[in-house]
Amino acid sequence: MRSEFLSQYGGEIATLTIEHLWLTGAAMLFATAIAVPLGIWLTRSPQWAKPLITVANILQTIPSLALFGFLLPIPWLGDRAARIAILALTAYALLPILRNTYAGIRGIEPSITEVARALGLTDSQLLFKVQLPLAAPFILAGLRTATVTCVGIATIAAAVGAGGLGELIFRGVASVDNRLVLAGAIPAALLALAADASLGLIERKFRTPRQ
Amino acid sequence: MSFATKQGNLLLDRISLTLAEGTITAVLGRSGSGKTTLLRTINRMIEPTSGDICVHGANIQDSSVIGLRRRTGYVIQETGLFPHFNVERNVGLVLEAQGSPRERRIRRSHVLLTEVGLDPASFAKRFPHQLSGGQRQRVGLARALAAEPSILLMDEPFGALDPLTRAEMQDMLRYLLHGLSGPAKKTVVLVTHDLDEALYLADRIVLLEAGKLVTNLAPAEFLVSSQPEVVTYIRAFHRSEKGDAVQK
Repeated sequence: MRSEFLSQYGGEIATLTIEHLWLTGAAMLFATAIAVPLGIWLTRSPQWAKPLITVANILQTIPSLALFGFLLPIPWLGDRAARIAILALTAYALLPILRNTYAGIRGIEPSITEVARALGLTDSQLLFKVQLPLAAPFILAGLRTATVTCVGIATIAAAVGAGGLGELIFRGVASVDNRLVLAGAIPAALLALAADASLGLIERKFRTPRQ
Repeated sequence: MSFATKQGNLLLDRISLTLAEGTITAVLGRSGSGKTTLLRTINRMIEPTSGDICVHGANIQDSSVIGLRRRTGYVIQETGLFPHFNVERNVGLVLEAQGSPRERRIRRSHVLLTEVGLDPASFAKRFPHQLSGGQRQRVGLARALAAEPSILLMDEPFGALDPLTRAEMQDMLRYLLHGLSGPAKKTVVLVTHDLDEALYLADRIVLLEAGKLVTNLAPAEFLVSSQPEVVTYIRAFHRSEKGDAVQK
């Protein structure tokens, strides 16, 4: 019976898993491209930190289903459900990455930044040789939280027809078929665990050697 | 030269000071007297509110701030070693920032480690957390000397060390600086709380009080000065020698 189920849905599970990965991956790429530079900029203009982190915080509190719904009527976005999903997931991923980038750089011991400047490092050398490597474990921890959150929220994207493993879950709920629900939920959970573990490994690699 | 904060606090009040090339000047004064602020104006970590600072006759405002800092060694009490770099890379960082080839940086850092009394074979690959306080300071000093600066700024470099290690470091620094000759000789500004350190290492002693330069004397003159601020400073430092502490 199990093999029958797999032969019937195996292909679909694989396709939806790839779709799920694509939605999450694209959103993470956008969120990182926005939040890391923004977090770095905030450390240089800290007066903007509170308002911007508050905005990211508010975005985080909007219920995902509602956010997908809000975006649906927007002309260009609404044409393709994947666009809505990626935008919404990007919004959810912003906060942890932004907050951790900002806190990671601000948390560097002031004497280290002071000496780096006093030794004649340029702004970009200070950033790439000192600040980013020292803040890397924090930034990666933010990416890790954001990725796991996105993998979970991406299942809701199926509600607006964006695909992903949520499609199996929604179909399973509608037809009261637990096997379908699990066929969507288990790969989604495994994806989240795999992303968490692999980013955790990278994070450990970047950890500053200490006693 | 003067420096006031944005809030209007005058931290340096019309300081006029000339440092002879190749000499060691110790800056003494109580906490908050402006010692560190004075030091930080020399490598433009702080810009004076008025007045000028000239090195070899050229106003430092006219040269690039990055170039100036690379030509000026800087050592602080907390050392500020980069925890993610090993000793070798810490020492060679200014050369790395200047684009020196890796081979040259490594060679130079090994020479400097030897000069500050650390065996490159056992220390080059260690990370700062694997060093003692004294060893960290030695690495900090080696790093400050890497780009062969003509000026060396030291802000209470040995303040956090125990008396024995501090004495060893002072000996090492004295031996190192006095061993240099010709163009390699450094003009050193040493901020310290320790009068004995100033007397042991410096050619001139400058005393600051509330942002004002009180005096600028040779160590022997400093000890016999009758200026009230100098007398108070010396008395505070050598209280126990006169038996005051015992009498109390």
